Amino acid sequence: MTRARALLRSFLPFLVGLPILVVLEAVTPPDFSLILVSVGVNVILAVSLNVVNGFTGQFSLGHAGFMAVGAYTAAKLTTALAGVELPFLPQVLSDQIFFALALSAAMAAAALAGVLVGMPSLRLRGDYLAIVTLGFGEIIRSVIENLKALGQATGLSGLPARTNLVWVGISVIATVVMAYRLATSTQGRALFAIREDEIAAEAMGVDTTGYKVRAFVISAAYAGLAGALISHAILLATPRMFTFVRSIEVVVMVVLGGLGSITGSVVAAALLTVALELLREFQAYRMVVYALLLIALMLLRPQGIFGTRELWNLALFRRLFRSPRLAAAATSGASPTEIRDDSTTGGAV
Amino acid sequence: MTEFFQHLVNGVSVGTIYALIALGYTMVYGVLKLINFAHGDVYMVGAFSGYYLGTVGGGGQPSFIRAAYITLGAMIVCGLLGYVIERFAYRPLRDQARLTSLITAIGVSFLLEYGFQLTPWFREPVPFPPGPSPRFFPTLLDFGPAPSLEFLGVTVPKIDALGLVLALALMLLLQHIVYRTRFGTAMRAVSFDPQVAGLMGIPVNRIISMTFVLGSALAAAAGIINASSRPKIEPLFGLMSGLKAFVAAVLGGIGNVPGAMAGGLLLGVTEEYVAGYTSSSYRDAIAFAVLILVLLLRPEGLFGRATVEKV
Repeated sequence: MTRARALLRSFLPFLVGLPILVVLEAVTPPDFSLILVSVGVNVILAVSLNVVNGFTGQFSLGHAGFMAVGAYTAAKLTTALAGVELPFLPQVLSDQIFFALALSAAMAAAALAGVLVGMPSLRLRGDYLAIVTLGFGEIIRSVIENLKALGQATGLSGLPARTNLVWVGISVIATVVMAYRLATSTQGRALFAIREDEIAAEAMGVDTTGYKVRAFVISAAYAGLAGALISHAILLATPRMFTFVRSIEVVVMVVLGGLGSITGSVVAAALLTVALELLREFQAYRMVVYALLLIALMLLRPQGIFGTRELWNLALFRRLFRSPRLAAAATSGASPTEIRDDSTTGGAV
Repeated sequence: MTEFFQHLVNGVSVGTIYALIALGYTMVYGVLKLINFAHGDVYMVGAFSGYYLGTVGGGGQPSFIRAAYITLGAMIVCGLLGYVIERFAYRPLRDQARLTSLITAIGVSFLLEYGFQLTPWFREPVPFPPGPSPRFFPTLLDFGPAPSLEFLGVTVPKIDALGLVLALALMLLLQHIVYRTRFGTAMRAVSFDPQVAGLMGIPVNRIISMTFVLGSALAAAAGIINASSRPKIEPLFGLMSGLKAFVAAVLGGIGNVPGAMAGGLLLGVTEEYVAGYTSSSYRDAIAFAVLILVLLLRPEGLFGRATVEKV
């Protein structure tokens, strides 16, 4: 019974989301649709990075590298299969099936890269990990720039247009459901334990390296998915799309929303993407604004907008929707990702 | 064989730059346990302050006095910058989690990199900020018709030789400061245990500030030495050098002053040999490969001492 309910809770968002997305895809004008796609991709990136940086308390700066792995894998597949048609199926449908295949391959390839990067580097602590992941991101990029098959510095262009709002929406739902289910699971508890105090967690029998690597691999897989989606929306995959700056953008979103808050990441990613879209003529100031935002946030509110809380734990939200279950959760202080108040200052030596 | 020695010369020339920057990383990490991400950009600002000091005065003939004035000026400017960064970005966060300071450091780094790339606010007497396009560092010293020495077919540019001498002199000076002066003793005490050092009457805040000033001034000197040998400077060139210098610091054992110098030279030479004998497009990846190898095989670095973490 509980198993059935858990399954339903995982699949319900997809069942509800799919018809809405199909309608949305049909009515949205193309240029607005591209903005929605980039919002969706950034949400996937931010939520998946939050699994490592927020849930586990590690600090990865290599998210763009995994995006690149996913993007190039999917791009190679879709261009190779562009003219192929499955028997007894219309061209459109077989294209979509191949795209689903390409997206899965992208996730698998990025996950594999995640294993290769994570195994050696997650044995290290905190700030070293940041530099190593950054380094791996640069290595991946420099390998792409040296491989003829991947188009070197010019990249791959003329990819088939496969990404639509349905794919992006489904992927966003999948990412958020994954993060939420992870946070409420035993796995998630182990990750929070590692974030709060790695030594204590290890003493309690948590296999810290194992859990860190798993979180890292999951996060990498979703980054690969995001890379595949964005490259099939702008029909291009170049090394310049996946630089260190891109990783920092995602970090800003996660930090702004609150390390450890799923809804925080979603809101921050959506807000930042739309805000930057509106401020297009100030493009030159974009990175400067990011930098100032990071510094100001760390000085004034280092826990981010939401802290480790979720949207439904905020006082304002609670007052608006006072359902008995939420009220009960509120009194016991039990959001899956919420932590004790004294823990944010921990870790300083 | 000639090629082998030529690579060695080039590697040492790059390596001294890494070594000078790495010293700043290693000292700051020693006292604060913070990877000062913005340090590579302080190095960049050093080169640009030299550029501005050299062009604002209306040019002038290359001479030793002018070179000394520009180098010292850039070191003072960067020393002040280092002080400001520490005072306003890192000090308020010192009792927060270490990750908080790291994120702030990334913010400061991006602020310098992209702030310098903005379109100039004012153009007179020189455009500032410099904007994204590369600029050419003025010639500080004129070596006449023979700008380089030749030994058995190996070319050694005189400016590189001079840079090496200056870098070594600065390193010896730093070695003296750290191990032979009261300030150095205080710095080592803070690095050992800031709390106890404070109880013993050491002004911890002032020592940390001075450490930043010292490290930033060395980075500025590195910026000037590098720019007078390779004159193309742009706001983003500090990022990669900074990261590589960090690798050099880790290679030599982070927190260890002689280790940083050795690490820098070793990294520069390694990079030059690998790039020279295989493909130069892998140049930037080499440093990170070295970093990963060091962290896997000997995380305390070549000269560091392994410490056991007490719970």
